[in-house]
This record gives sequence, C-alpha cells and structure tokens, in this order.
Amino acid sequence: MSAETLEAHAAGRAASSTEGLIYSIAGLLAGCRHVAVGASSPIPGAAALYTRARSNGATRVSVLGSRRHNAFTNGGVELFDLAAQGRIDAFFLGGGQIDGAANINLVGTGTYPRTDVRWPGSFGSAYLYYLVPRVILFREEHTRRVFVPKVDFISAPGPQENGVYRPGGPHAMITSLCLFGYDKARRRFVLQSVHPGHTVEEVLDHTGFEFDVPDQVPQTPQPDGAALALIRGQVRDEIGETYPKFAAQLAA
Amino acid sequence: MSMLSVAELAALVPDGAKLVVAKDESGVSMTMAFALMRRGTRGLHLVTVPVSGLQADMLIGAGCVATLETSGITLGEFGPGPCFGRAVKSGAIKLRDATCPAIYAGLQAAQKGIPFMPLRGIIGSDVLANRPDWQVIANPFAEDDPIVVLPAITPDVALFHAPLADRHGNVFIGRQRELMLLAHAARSTLVTAEHIVEGNLLDDEARSGSVIPALYVTAVAHAPRGAWPLAFGDEYPADAAWLTEYVARARSPEGFAQLLAGMTHGADAAGLNQGAHAARLAA
Repeated sequence: MSAETLEAHAAGRAASSTEGLIYSIAGLLAGCRHVAVGASSPIPGAAALYTRARSNGATRVSVLGSRRHNAFTNGGVELFDLAAQGRIDAFFLGGGQIDGAANINLVGTGTYPRTDVRWPGSFGSAYLYYLVPRVILFREEHTRRVFVPKVDFISAPGPQENGVYRPGGPHAMITSLCLFGYDKARRRFVLQSVHPGHTVEEVLDHTGFEFDVPDQVPQTPQPDGAALALIRGQVRDEIGETYPKFAAQLAA
Repeated sequence: MSMLSVAELAALVPDGAKLVVAKDESGVSMTMAFALMRRGTRGLHLVTVPVSGLQADMLIGAGCVATLETSGITLGEFGPGPCFGRAVKSGAIKLRDATCPAIYAGLQAAQKGIPFMPLRGIIGSDVLANRPDWQVIANPFAEDDPIVVLPAITPDVALFHAPLADRHGNVFIGRQRELMLLAHAARSTLVTAEHIVEGNLLDDEARSGSVIPALYVTAVAHAPRGAWPLAFGDEYPADAAWLTEYVARARSPEGFAQLLAGMTHGADAAGLNQGAHAARLAA
C-alpha cells in the first residue's frame, strides 16, 4: 500500500469515483483567478470550491444557482459580459454528443429542427466556448452514444481555422473512464490518464471518434487523505447549499 | 398604473403576442401562465430569458405557443419538459434555438432603441446556421474580425413574478436585475407580486436601485404564491410532489390534457389542484 492509500484509509473510506472526478477536475483549475460553474453541474461546482479552498484566496468562484457562492448583481448577462472581457478563466460544458473535433451538441439527435431526441438546448455554449480560455468538457457517461464520430448538431464548434476571434476553447475532457487533454495545434484529443479500475482498451472500445494514445498512459491521480477530508468536509457543506441531494450522496 | 386581478392581467396578453418571460430563479408568474391557458391563449411567440422550465412546457402543451425562442427548456432535476419534446418532434411549434447571451443582447438592443447588437462567438455553430435572422458582418473598426449581429428583440409583453410592489406600480426585484432588462425592452410589462407594500418603494434609498419604476410597468396583480408550483426566492421551495406528478402525467398527451382540464375548470377532480387550493387558503 502506498503512503497515500494508507492516509486515505486513515481518513475513512477510499476515494469514490465521484471524489476522484472532483479531485481531477480541481487539478485542471490550478492557477485560475475566476472559475464559473453553470447550471446542473454539482461535480464541477465541488471541484471549483475545492480549488478555492486550497488557493489561499487567489481563486474566485461563481456558482450559478447559488446565493452564497455567486456575487453577481447584474442579472444573468453578467457572466457573459465577464467572459467576453477575459475575466473568466475556466468554465464547464457537457454534451449529449461530443466528437473528436471537440464539437458539442446540446440540442438533439437526428435532423434539426424535428430531432428524434430533443435535449434542452445550447444554453451559453455557442458563446462561452469561444471566450473562456479553459473550457473543461465534462461528461460522465463514456459510451459510443455520447462520443460520436460527428455530432448531429453543432451547438458550439471545436476550434476552427476561420479567423474568428477566439481566445477560448477546449482545455481538457473528463469522463467516468479517463482524462483527455486537447492538442490545440493538431485539434485532437489526447488520452492523458485512465481512472483506477479502467483500461486504455476500455476507453478505445467506448469512444466513437479517433484520438491520440501515447505509449505510456498513467493512472489518474487520486485524492490523498487531506484532499478527501476537505472534499468530505468544507466542500460538501459549500456545494450542499446549491445541490443538497448531491451533497448527501457525497456524505453517504 | 392600475392594480388588477390575475384574470384581468391575463386579458392584457393578446393572442399572437411576443411574450417574454424570465428563467425560474428570476421569478416566474405561474399563476399568469395558468390564467393564459384557462383563457385559451393562442399563437404566442414565447421568448425565454434565457431559458425556461415548467412555464414554457405547460404553455406549449396547452397549445398557446406558435413560436419558441429559447436557449434551453428543462425542468431541472425533474427532467426534460415532456410537452416541449413532443412539440419539437411533431413540428407543432416553430423553433428559434438561441444561445443565452444572444437573447440578452437582443433585449439590450430594444432597451437602447437600436436595431441590432453585435456579439462575440456563435460563428461556426448550427445555432447560427438555423437563424436566418442573425447576420455576420465585418467589424467596421478593425481588419479581419467577423462578428455576429442580432436584431433587437422587442417584446409586446414582459411577464414575471416579483417579491414586492407598491400601489404606485413600482416593483422591487432584488438582485434579479434581468427583470429590469425585460421591463425596459418590452412595450408593456405585466407583473404579479407576492406582496403589496404601503408607501412608495422609491422613497427607500437602500433598495430603490433594485426597483423597476412604475413608468415601465403597465399593471400589477397581487398574487401570493404566484410562482407555485415553482420555488420563489426565500419565500417558498418548489412543490416537488406536484412537479414529480406533472412529469409523470404530462408524459402522454392524454395525461397532460386531463391535468389541464382539471386546472382549467378549477375543479379538484384532477387532484393536482389541491396544492393551488391550499396555497390560496394559506395566503
């Protein structure tokens, strides 16, 4: 047993997959001055609050839907104004479908507008994906249904060579199986690490688009005892204000 | 400004109106949505700022909506909007998919009385490809900088639920500043208020900055629990039992029609009206 694992045992249970995701996402937020978290995003929210707790006041967090962890006073437009000014360093987007060109689809499958399956809609993605430097794509379900060769509808496109003002774009993508980096020069996802209990083969089997696989793919680092204590204490309490059901699951 | 009943307020929304409503957290007048359904409103061009949930889903299900301009419709933790999904599939509503900041920008153009507003992003998305009313122009002040321009969104009616109003027609909105934008952009603004206060809200300097002055407000109705079954600020949480049952029943057109008939006739036969009834008694 490694020292970290021993410490985790000392803190109680070993890290759950959710706690592992929170810790991994927090690792992608290092150095951010301002992280914003959109609606229906408990795990990214917890990761942002974890980052803030460890930042000695250097990281500001704005959680949409929260009263205590959101200081906006200019209505819903404020997040978008901040993003266009370069005052938001990181944001999270998901997708019902995501393809290898980092296009995301939040609208539906089949032919628009009478899609076979309709999802809620594009929300702020068609804007924030261009303007926030570190957009972290987060989708727990890692299947060929989600990770497709080509999305049916582009809510927000991956980076393109079209001369459009775009300081922002994909920084990484995290799923229940693995963490992908994004190679901006080649405009491709690169497998960065695989979560404990999973394999590179499994990732290949369940991904419908092509991506780069380095010779050596490490295991995704997991939270140590101190990190778990922070997640199960302060972070759980803070995220519980906005997501009480999620916080209760974290405690279970 | 006049103080009206909810039914009188609903009569001020004509068929075919471009109606703008706020997202759930900002203050949704569900009591007015029910009144519009009861009245058999038709042909609405519904604009959600920037998203909506139960309100849009029910108005769509009841056949009130011809065109839907939105960045997202979801019932949040209760799942997707069943009537919305059905209407998309059948083609019963004309869809104008947007992205959140584009809806704000369109309203801001109307607020300023200008024809359009430029906005970053969007180029290369299928949202733009499906909006022939949105254009890409060259930035007139810089080289090689294509940028999207969006036409002003000028609603006929803005509708929302606010915590406080006074008898002069001033409306307190707290931090929900986008309600100010709705009122500034729309030709008329209809408000249901949780509480009516005596005096003049503008006399209180500490909160006058969060007050929509009566000059923008067409009419107010006093409607305690007017956001029910949705949550309203610190006043009351969402009625989770009602919403759970809604999702189950609205899954089929028959179930939704039955639910609607129960509400429309004010009868408790559907069972779902009991909550509203109790809410009125408690008020």
